[in-house]
Amino acid sequence: MSTILWIKNGRVIDPANDRDAVGDIFARNGVIVDSLSDQEKEKAQVIDASGLVVCPGLVDIHVHLREPGQTHKEDIASGTRAAAAGGFTTIVCMPNTSPPADNPGTIRRINDSITQNAVVKVYPTGCLTVQMKGEQLAPMGSLWREGIVAVTDDGLCVQNNELMRRAVEYARMFNLPVMDHCQDASMTRGSVMNEGYWSLRLGLKGWPAAAEDMIIARNVVLSRACEHHIHMQHVSSAYGVDIIRRAKKRGIRVTGEASPHHLFFTDERCRDYNTLFKMNPPLRSEEDREAIIEGVLDGSLEIIATDHAPHTADEKDCEFDLAPFGIIGMETALAACLEVLVHSGKCDLPFLLARMTHKPAEILNLPAGTLSAGVTADITIFDPDQEWEVDPSRFSGKSTNCPWNGMRLRGKVARTIVNGRTVWDGNQIIDT
Amino acid sequence: MNDLTANWKRKDLLSIEPLHREEIETIHQLARRFKELQASNPSSIPSLRGRTVLNLFIEPSTRTRIAFEIAAKRLGADVTLVEKAASSLVKGESLRDTAQVVEALQADVIVLRHSAAGSPQYLSQIVKGPVINAGDGAHEHPTQALLDTFTMREHLGDSLEGKKVTILGDILFSRVARSNIFALQKLGAQVTLSGPATLVPANFEKLGVTVELNLRKALADADAVMLLRIQHERQTSTHFPSLDEYKSMYGLNQARGAWLKPEAIIMHPGPVNRGVELDSSLADSGRSVILEQVANGIFTRMAVIYLCLSACGKTKDTSQ
Repeated sequence: MSTILWIKNGRVIDPANDRDAVGDIFARNGVIVDSLSDQEKEKAQVIDASGLVVCPGLVDIHVHLREPGQTHKEDIASGTRAAAAGGFTTIVCMPNTSPPADNPGTIRRINDSITQNAVVKVYPTGCLTVQMKGEQLAPMGSLWREGIVAVTDDGLCVQNNELMRRAVEYARMFNLPVMDHCQDASMTRGSVMNEGYWSLRLGLKGWPAAAEDMIIARNVVLSRACEHHIHMQHVSSAYGVDIIRRAKKRGIRVTGEASPHHLFFTDERCRDYNTLFKMNPPLRSEEDREAIIEGVLDGSLEIIATDHAPHTADEKDCEFDLAPFGIIGMETALAACLEVLVHSGKCDLPFLLARMTHKPAEILNLPAGTLSAGVTADITIFDPDQEWEVDPSRFSGKSTNCPWNGMRLRGKVARTIVNGRTVWDGNQIIDT
Repeated sequence: MNDLTANWKRKDLLSIEPLHREEIETIHQLARRFKELQASNPSSIPSLRGRTVLNLFIEPSTRTRIAFEIAAKRLGADVTLVEKAASSLVKGESLRDTAQVVEALQADVIVLRHSAAGSPQYLSQIVKGPVINAGDGAHEHPTQALLDTFTMREHLGDSLEGKKVTILGDILFSRVARSNIFALQKLGAQVTLSGPATLVPANFEKLGVTVELNLRKALADADAVMLLRIQHERQTSTHFPSLDEYKSMYGLNQARGAWLKPEAIIMHPGPVNRGVELDSSLADSGRSVILEQVANGIFTRMAVIYLCLSACGKTKDTSQ
């Protein structure tokens, strides 16, 4: 018996196919099809999407699911539910777990848990170096055989340029993109927020944008020299965007991502020592924030990625210096980006959705991000104008470290569909 | 005292930055009254007998801790000291839990010294009673600025309007500098910062001060020069070459002292690195008010403790 899905009368936005028109989407047995027979239509599950946007399931290539080892913060079950609630149907998890995903056994363990527990599609990444220590290459070939989609030491940054060069060369053999958290550690020892007016005033140790720019520039050099793709994670500095922009003009294979919080907030938010605004890289100046927006608008930063980084309330409830870096982001990403980019008139909906669907999928060669006939029916339906108050206690993930806490945002996910099955109905997760 | 306590509504003294000029002046007036009473009729100082002041010193300190202790004792309060090494903090107890325990033990005021900027603000959100910041990281050291400006008013005249104060040395890592910048500006003084560029970032100008790296120019028209301790061993090893280099470029010695106006006063929050940022010949000269600063630290802290407790209705005024 086949299952049939008929999503009616929505504004279908499928940026990969240049589609933006009111219409219907059909799926048969979890696969998108161009049309249904009259018989099929009669027995189809009909979803009325009038007044709503229907788009490919969102794709987030920068998520911390904390499994194995830190499952008090998040795990694959809870993290994928947070993804579903945020409209994401495909996510990529970072390897800084405990133990780190630097060995095939851990990748297999993660994949087993994904099979058992995930409600959206999850692709793992593997470490660049053993234990993420930046001293010895991780066995990327073996990790690749287990199905990783990229290599990264996210959270840390390989400091040794010789090792990074070899890592990029080695990853190229398997066509594994290298994702880098760009941070010169020698310039950021003890740093807890952006270096600038606010760090001076608050007496907090500053993390200079130059420390990010240095590594972005290094990666441009290595990408050119090794002729391989390096992806800059969560770019936060104005000059960093410019380095990427100019590298692209020269045809160098670098890409960059912008995180919703860097688009939305500045370092002034740290003024009350609220640890919900402590993340790495830090919130930067207004000039930087505007440059990140400009980078998204002109394509220098081709995608949005959340850097969803759960920590428990207890862990964040302490002195600013002592709090861990990071915030959750998947359940607010769409609304936050809509506010900054679309409702503000800076770009239109298809432009933003491209950066949250097929473009991130293309960066890591993932089979996701479109509504083309023949692909799996991963679909997100949302109301771009519905206002809601952010209440992290009602989130689907385990942690509540959300800097949008208490704010009113516009843009609410009404339904998330994975393989033709609804996993989020706008109010709750639908478990099988 | 009621005339002054009526002007003070704050439970806590967390930083100088949010204070109004009148609030600083209220503290100074009360400190002056305590200083006069101490000299004329110590028994008439109002009593905080039965109240407990808890010195929670997560970061080591000698003079600030002792000054708070003496201040509390002059007011008749009991004083208890909790230091990091002797507390559950070394066992991994959080500041929240330590504070709640301390409050359950019925401390009426917590005086916090902590290496983490913003920790007094955090603490004040946890406990109901007053929190007094005794120095938080590189953020603020409000009672130091209160005693410094109190001492300046004694020497430079009651109004600091238009007075020029130069702060010299490690500004970047200095909570004393930040609190003094805010306090002096609120009192109408003009602040100039000087020292090596690595320790005096130009961004400080956004706080409304002048950054003048040329020492001679920075000293030329100052009414007071405040020197800060150079902590080369701790924080600044990448910020300047050596103590000798610092001394040769920025150390205040007899020759450079002559660049100052003759009536200018020399200040230092202590402890002094003799022969580094300040030569002994100046530190011990008649232009130095360093020991007066120390003594005034008692009266300003008495005033702060008294005002914060009175804002919570925990003082009984016996001076009527």
